[in-house]
Amino acid sequence: MPVSEDIVWQWLSEIPDPEIPVLSLTDLGVIRDVTWQDDTLVVTVTPTYSGCPATAVINLDIETKLLECGVSKVRLEQQLSPPWTTDWLSEAGREKLRAYGIAPPVDGTRSDGSSAGRLARMTGQGDFQVACPRCGSENTEKISQFGSTPCKAAYRCRSCLEPFDYFKCH
Amino acid sequence: MASATDLIANDIQFEWLLRRGDTALVLGHRVSEWCGHSPVLEEDIALANVALDLIGQARMWLSLAGEIEGQGRGENELAYLRDAWDFRNFLLAEQPNGDFGQTLMRQFLIDAYQVPMLEALKGSKDERIAAIAAKAGKEVAYHLDRSADLVIRLGDGTAESHRRMQQALDALWSYTGEMFVSDAVDTAMADAGLAPDPASLKAAWQETVDAVLDQATLTAPEDEFAHTGGLTGRHSEHLGHLLAEMQFLQRAYPGATW
Repeated sequence: MPVSEDIVWQWLSEIPDPEIPVLSLTDLGVIRDVTWQDDTLVVTVTPTYSGCPATAVINLDIETKLLECGVSKVRLEQQLSPPWTTDWLSEAGREKLRAYGIAPPVDGTRSDGSSAGRLARMTGQGDFQVACPRCGSENTEKISQFGSTPCKAAYRCRSCLEPFDYFKCH
Repeated sequence: MASATDLIANDIQFEWLLRRGDTALVLGHRVSEWCGHSPVLEEDIALANVALDLIGQARMWLSLAGEIEGQGRGENELAYLRDAWDFRNFLLAEQPNGDFGQTLMRQFLIDAYQVPMLEALKGSKDERIAAIAAKAGKEVAYHLDRSADLVIRLGDGTAESHRRMQQALDALWSYTGEMFVSDAVDTAMADAGLAPDPASLKAAWQETVDAVLDQATLTAPEDEFAHTGGLTGRHSEHLGHLLAEMQFLQRAYPGATW
């Protein structure tokens, strides 16, 4: 009798994200399904960004972990649709990010490439504020649209003057 | 949802998928050439991340192309073991980086096209095409935010940055028309409900380009002449040089992995 899927989810929640180790893979929301097909455990994973180099490491880490837990037959399946979104980031994950010094995504601010968004950015009206994860101030500014990984942008706090990463709404 | 295979010949789908995949791959490689050379660290990181997204998108399109072709070729064989005449990217994507302004202008002109293209593809009757478009579309929307913002800031910046942005626009403009030319492949894909007719994307592209250039105080050339040939494998000399660098390792050490 194979272990229950709940236990598998528990194991998966112990695997850290390779680039932001304070988050687990389940916090990140990249595990879409866990199911047994006969004696094979099928884990369905969705990539965060198309070219994120962590994707291959994530797959390897899942296989390694499950083998360590005694599951001998594992199959990983990639699922593109629906595309990964930061809406799937767990509440616990958001708090862990903040405590780690990364501002969590501000929901509802994902880019749609529209000219309305551009106008808001250019005029500063309707643009959103990202709170500094260190001092909580909302007096912050974007330095660059990309940070140390594809999922982040670079910000600076005008109150405590510290730079920080912002986990973009995607 | 129907599979495209039921609707239209495989060789037509293969051609069309190469256009998507090769444009992403060649542009992604071009942008990656900046890694370690950008004017400031933040832009170096941004360019590398844009390149990563594009190369990731190329992998999805080329994997599907290989699957549809059914000859055992995957993303790697298609990327590394074809010569220039088998590539189907837009000529605009292979144009050299030039200065930072020219790289950004090229990015903007293509991003402004990719946003409506991918949006339309989300409604493709082939669910695999729709899934890739939904994934890539989110990334490209963000790329457009960045490239448009920087075109505006540099165009409407100093006299020198304005001069360079106008020069970039003048140099690249004649490569934009190719993106809206429809041929038999496009017509077949459009008739089957798999992809939009490229000509139908022109209005949305033009609207974005006009608005951004206006804010950037830049003027598009009036000449409508368009270089074409990328979609049938007749490329500028630049692609061969790009491939020589990109493919060197697999050509010199076939099958090498690490």
